[in-house]
Amino acid sequence: MDQLATALDTLPVIGVLFQLIGYLVATVPVIAPIFVALAAPIALGALCGIMNERSGVVNIGIEGMMLSSAFSAFLVAALVAQAMGPMDPSPLFGVTVPIVCGVLAAIATGMLVSALHAWLSISIRADQIISGTIINILAFGLTGYLNRLLISPNPRLGAGIFQPLVLPDFLVDLPLIGWIIRGFFAHGPITISVLFLVLFLQLWLFRSRWGLRTRAVGEHPKAAETVGIDVIKLRYRNVILGGVFAGLAGAYLTLEQSGSFQNGMTSGRGFIALGAVIFGRWTPIGAFGAALLFTASEALRVAISLSPPTGQLGDVLRTIPPEFFGALPYLVTLVVLVAAGGRSIAPAAVGKPYAREART
Amino acid sequence: MVDAVTEVSPVLTMRGIIKRYPGVLANDAIDLDLRPGEIHALLGENGAGKSTLMNILYGLAVPDEGSILIDGRPVDILSPHDAIDRGISMVHQHFMLVPVLTVAENILLGEETMANPVFIDRNEARRRIVALGRQFGFEIDPDARIESLSVGWQQRVEILKALYRKARILVLDEPTAVLTPQETEEIFAVLRRLAAEGHSIIFISHKLYEVLEIADRITVIRRGRVVGERIPSQTNEEDLAELMVGRNVQLTVDRGESHPADVVLSVRGLRAKDGRGREVVRGIDLDVRAGETLGIAGVAGNGQDELVEVLTGLRKPSAGSVTMIGTDVTGWSPRRLYESGLAHVPGDRHRWAMIMSFPLEDNLVLTSYYRPPFARGLVRQDGAIDAWAKELIERFDIRTPSATVAADTLSGGNQQKAVVAREFSSQPKMLVLDQPTRGLDVGSIEFIHNRAIEMRDAGAGILLVSAELDEVLELSDRIAVMYRGELVATLDGRGANKEEVGLLMATGRRGQEPDKAVS
Amino acid sequence: MTVVDDRPAERFWRRGRLGQLFAIGAVPVASVFLALVVAALIILASSVVTTGSIDLALPFVAYGALLQGSIGSVSAILNTILQATPLVLGGLAVGIGFKAGLFNIGGLGQFLLAATAAAGVGAALATAPAPIAIVAALLAGMAAGAAWGWIPGALKAWSGAHEVVTTIMLNSIAAALIGFIILGPLLAPGYSFGRTADLGNSVLPIVLGTNVHLGVILAVIAVPVVWWLLYKSTLGFEIRSVGANPSAARYAGMRPRFLIMLTMTLSGLLFGIAGAIEILGVSHFMTPSYGTAIGFDAIAVALLGRSHPFGIAAAALLFGALRAGAGLMQVVAGIPVEIIDVIQAIILLFLAADIVVRHLFRIRAAGGIADLKTVTSSYGGRAS
Repeated sequence: MDQLATALDTLPVIGVLFQLIGYLVATVPVIAPIFVALAAPIALGALCGIMNERSGVVNIGIEGMMLSSAFSAFLVAALVAQAMGPMDPSPLFGVTVPIVCGVLAAIATGMLVSALHAWLSISIRADQIISGTIINILAFGLTGYLNRLLISPNPRLGAGIFQPLVLPDFLVDLPLIGWIIRGFFAHGPITISVLFLVLFLQLWLFRSRWGLRTRAVGEHPKAAETVGIDVIKLRYRNVILGGVFAGLAGAYLTLEQSGSFQNGMTSGRGFIALGAVIFGRWTPIGAFGAALLFTASEALRVAISLSPPTGQLGDVLRTIPPEFFGALPYLVTLVVLVAAGGRSIAPAAVGKPYAREART
Repeated sequence: MVDAVTEVSPVLTMRGIIKRYPGVLANDAIDLDLRPGEIHALLGENGAGKSTLMNILYGLAVPDEGSILIDGRPVDILSPHDAIDRGISMVHQHFMLVPVLTVAENILLGEETMANPVFIDRNEARRRIVALGRQFGFEIDPDARIESLSVGWQQRVEILKALYRKARILVLDEPTAVLTPQETEEIFAVLRRLAAEGHSIIFISHKLYEVLEIADRITVIRRGRVVGERIPSQTNEEDLAELMVGRNVQLTVDRGESHPADVVLSVRGLRAKDGRGREVVRGIDLDVRAGETLGIAGVAGNGQDELVEVLTGLRKPSAGSVTMIGTDVTGWSPRRLYESGLAHVPGDRHRWAMIMSFPLEDNLVLTSYYRPPFARGLVRQDGAIDAWAKELIERFDIRTPSATVAADTLSGGNQQKAVVAREFSSQPKMLVLDQPTRGLDVGSIEFIHNRAIEMRDAGAGILLVSAELDEVLELSDRIAVMYRGELVATLDGRGANKEEVGLLMATGRRGQEPDKAVS
Repeated sequence: MTVVDDRPAERFWRRGRLGQLFAIGAVPVASVFLALVVAALIILASSVVTTGSIDLALPFVAYGALLQGSIGSVSAILNTILQATPLVLGGLAVGIGFKAGLFNIGGLGQFLLAATAAAGVGAALATAPAPIAIVAALLAGMAAGAAWGWIPGALKAWSGAHEVVTTIMLNSIAAALIGFIILGPLLAPGYSFGRTADLGNSVLPIVLGTNVHLGVILAVIAVPVVWWLLYKSTLGFEIRSVGANPSAARYAGMRPRFLIMLTMTLSGLLFGIAGAIEILGVSHFMTPSYGTAIGFDAIAVALLGRSHPFGIAAAALLFGALRAGAGLMQVVAGIPVEIIDVIQAIILLFLAADIVVRHLFRIRAAGGIADLKTVTSSYGGRAS
């Protein structure tokens, strides 16, 4: 036994690994809320992607959808706040009328942009990747333009943000699960809703009538049409409803996280969401897990900067450049894609426009 | 007997159906009626308008003129949903099943059994499906994934799907195209049982003997028109063939005598796997001599596609050897095989043989574009390509406005002629023909068959693979039967008898003992 | 069923050279026109914010300034050319990918890495003789771009991973990577921000006016070279064949995997030239936060130019002119330069919705971006 222990000790890799596990056990409960908060917009974006792709429509425009929703959430909330003057926030989540208006505007914007994507992809039968690209360019351009025109000249515009839920101490102090409760629920309403939306969408997709029809339409639209399902209508409905999630993700950025709007503030989250969809194999729970995994590297970076680990582990982690943590989610997605390789895991009909009247 | 049936009023009447597509009159005032409990065959060539008519009945296409009556009342069928509501169900030639979903999910789709307004009652659905299967004599596992089922079972799922929707009128589009003769018999038994219970069935086919066997009544369609109606007991294959094609057809071409010389292609112990890793070519030995045609008969899906792909370099074999004119060419690329004198007319023209968006002339040099006179080094020689294209268009009677139109503007027959022109004109020593006439009109079929015989007489070795037994019987000097990845017998092409080959295709044996395994 | 004889493509081929040009160019030109009209309406609405009331003259003022700033003087024209240069190269890069059925959204990453490599090698050779330093720095940029393009090509060829997803991921990885490189080995001491060292002799010489550098020549040469490659060489025939029907290409003895890798590498190489000349000719050093929208701009250029090298050159000049004139427009009319991105997106919108455009202008012409139908195939990790 002693020999084994010495052998283990001489192997720095294993030693560092144990130190890492110890460090994680100690810090994860502390950073759990950061973890979930970072994952929330990505998970919401991924739900948007799942709604699209499960019904056979590629969506690489999630980024643009989130960005335009973030903008309109902020603008509407700020304008309503300006019109209404000062007011007392509700004790629950710090809810105010302007913030609620902002969230509704974000959802409406997400649906509107999604409707454009639906129209181009489904009715016009444009290439769906090009449609997504157009949405990204349009969202960057239009929000940048309007930001410069409307928001930048008025630096005092703003509507505040949602406040996190204050949990009673006895819940947070529960042994073993207290930190999990804190991790998932010490947040504003949008982050808290993610968990429920994920579970709901999972059930919906695999147990409900609409879910069955959605999966059929994404795999074999012609088969669905021959049993009387209106493929076009279903795709429209799902793509537009997917916009709700992108809208919530956008509202999260401006009304729950930061309270302001900056150009390009989604900074690639929509693309990570796309990675989460693939990594999670087109299932809501899988995508949520992927989002948590992707943000783990970011959360870990935060943790290291807050409480730097000591000893060998500290030495090792200091040699890893901070950029590595930023690139990790993308690297992981790449590896997963390559490992999945030839196996067909995406909905079979994704990306293929559906023409109604058969000629043969 | 005929009079007795006419007394009954039809469940379905289609009157004066007209459907135009740009440049084509697909249905030209078609009348059709269907009586209760009847199996009514719709017979016609590929492209005669059968499928269009049925798509109209099923709401997948909208007629320009004409009316549809069900139980004597006019109805509008604008979508499959309307058709299903009126008790019409359709079993499509290409199954309309979602491969990754289960049997139960496929049957339920669109007609879900609900536990509440949102969620499906899966247990109740399973129970009903199993019960329905038993009613018609088969045990079905509702939780099996479609992709794990054999073609025959998938077809049963399609029929269950129709019955689950309480269909009174069942349309089957070429249902036997993918089945073994034995599976065909089983499906016929199911159909007879359905008809006996009062279902009315429209059976679409272009196979004469099949409609004679199963139908109570036969309507023949040619070029979008009804050209005749027959009762099986009062007609025969020759009569139906003449109606279907519009002229006196020779059911066989004159293949003449063959003069086999040296072996061009020699295959020993060849094995290969399909895309899912299953071994589907399991130890093939064969020889093709110069100046002879070896036909490979077999029900589609017995490894023929993979065999052809291995022989033409598109798939790597897992074991065995291929020798061409004395050289071991096992595992060679398509380019090297082409250079060594192999030509290949693929079975799927759209997938393999042509680039439909490219000009015809580029397609005519698709396999030879890289060498003189069509290229010098890396430089394309457009003049030489154009001249060669014009020559081939002339020699092979390809009907096209010019050499530069996109290939997809040509008719299917002319596209196939272009492929044949390209491959036959490369002076091959060995020619692999995979389903060379599938889906073509009779004129193009005759043209291609005659050219193939010319190639043989000029000294090329020909390997013909076809799921159309008639084609194999007509062209082959020798016939090998492929069954589950093996060649189970080799017969003389002239002496072969259709029943014997059919039995070999179906069971892999000459005897009568039935084959039990299904999937 | 017999196939129809009088399809649009047929009419299109019968119309002769001029007719062909019209058929290809009509929808893009109409799209640009419509986008300018829509943007004018946006500017009109914006006038409420900038001036307090609807100012009917504002769109004309704005577009006047745009014209003035892009072609109104020699220096404006030179500025347009300068702005168009990277767009030509990027447009060709995306266009050649489209021809092979590949959608390279990874232009950003390829550009950034190439810019970093050129900046690094250029700075290292700052005191070497200019021809050597310039050629070495350009080659370094080209090699870096080509390598970053090869990766998604290889991933697609060997595992079937779709290049749209992999290049999106590689963009972000590249952004992290250049941060690491520029703040690490290439960091120049003595500056208040992270940047690479001075280029010295590696700076590209000016060939026109005061700011148009040698890179312009490279872009001008690239257009006919890519055209010849695509339409007059057997390699181009193979690339186009793989794009139109990969199975048929394999049947015809071509090597789709090799061609996919080659095309992505060429695409990355073209983006690499763009990245290198922007550093060596314009900004003269590289920072981790170098801002560019070249990835998406290049897609816009390729789509508007219909993936044809000469069309791409024309589209790049148009977008270059818009970018060159935008500054003056902001000064004169108070319209934010971001309107250019909006115009660009609306042009694409009309191009994608070409059915609508054709209806509006009664254009009966060959299909829009129909040659991109293969782009989304194999999406999500399916082997081609």
